[in-house]
Amino acid sequence: MTLILHDRFDENRPIYLQIMEMIKKAIVRGELKPGDRLPSVRELAVMLRVNPNTVQRAYQELEREGVTFTRRGQGKFVTEDVEAIDALKKAFRRELVEHFLKEASETGMSIDDVIKILEELKDEGIN
Amino acid sequence: MKGLIEIDGLTKRYGRTIALGNISMEVGEGEIVGILGPNGSGKSTLLKVIAGLVRPSSGRVTVFGMKPGHGVRKLLAYMSENDYLYRWMTVKELVEWTSKFHDNWSMDKTQALLEFFDIDWGLKVANLSRGMRGRLKVALAFSREVPLYLLDEPLSGIDAASRSKILDILIREYRPENSTILLSTHLVMEAESLFDRAIFLKNGEKIIDEAAENLRDRYGASINNIFIQIYG
Repeated sequence: MTLILHDRFDENRPIYLQIMEMIKKAIVRGELKPGDRLPSVRELAVMLRVNPNTVQRAYQELEREGVTFTRRGQGKFVTEDVEAIDALKKAFRRELVEHFLKEASETGMSIDDVIKILEELKDEGIN
Repeated sequence: MKGLIEIDGLTKRYGRTIALGNISMEVGEGEIVGILGPNGSGKSTLLKVIAGLVRPSSGRVTVFGMKPGHGVRKLLAYMSENDYLYRWMTVKELVEWTSKFHDNWSMDKTQALLEFFDIDWGLKVANLSRGMRGRLKVALAFSREVPLYLLDEPLSGIDAASRSKILDILIREYRPENSTILLSTHLVMEAESLFDRAIFLKNGEKIIDEAAENLRDRYGASINNIFIQIYG
């Protein structure tokens, strides 16, 4: 299992939310594949140096959202439901663009300004 | 969660100085609680009262349903903030000496902890750096297999590598189902990801007592930033 661990958390936000985001991101990037086993709560707590109860909470929420599931006695696994993973990817992409647009609008750009630049970049061959 | 520690209206006076003023709190089984505040806010006194080393002036304190004292001391490991280790002993002598006075000592754990901390059994305590002595104190505390650990300023006055190793050990040794840890510190930034709950003390009074994640959510700030706001 390759889960890329990021430097530190932004501790100005609840940590369990960031653990959820980290795992979703790993799924979207393909670092975690459908059916892959997640690290145990203890393993991840030690890796990230966070309270195991915080990891537990993140795992519970992921399961509630249908991103992961439990096999009794074996641990937590990434969902094998392709539609659920597609939905995760879509939501992730949308969020990425929304975040970007918000930053753009804060610098006074309209969505048309953004599209114009995107087209220029496309013409220049940037993918 | 069961109330492992129950404190009701605890006050401690030293002469005319109030070290703790009317503190009420509860600690449940399996929590890691950060006791936070600047020097002189009452953190050490609070831990000493729970450990049975300081008697309350008034108020009711129970730990495992008992009054702090001899019976409770068997069930908890208390680490003082003082640099109390006998300097003329070797690490091995110190471990043997300390283990004689405490129940539930596991030499296997001592072995594993000293190895993790890179401490050589043959070294003289006097020749250990401050950071190494800080690691050794934590190793001695966690060599005891007890349901409650009280750690007074385990991160203060030591180097970054030692602080990092100590935080790693805290997570490794913590078992949500059967260990409870109270940890006092004024180095909030490094320790805050470990806390279930944070209790802020100011001039001997409790001013915040809330789940760590709730605090982050409610203030949109880290516990460290809340700390800076309150005491800055």
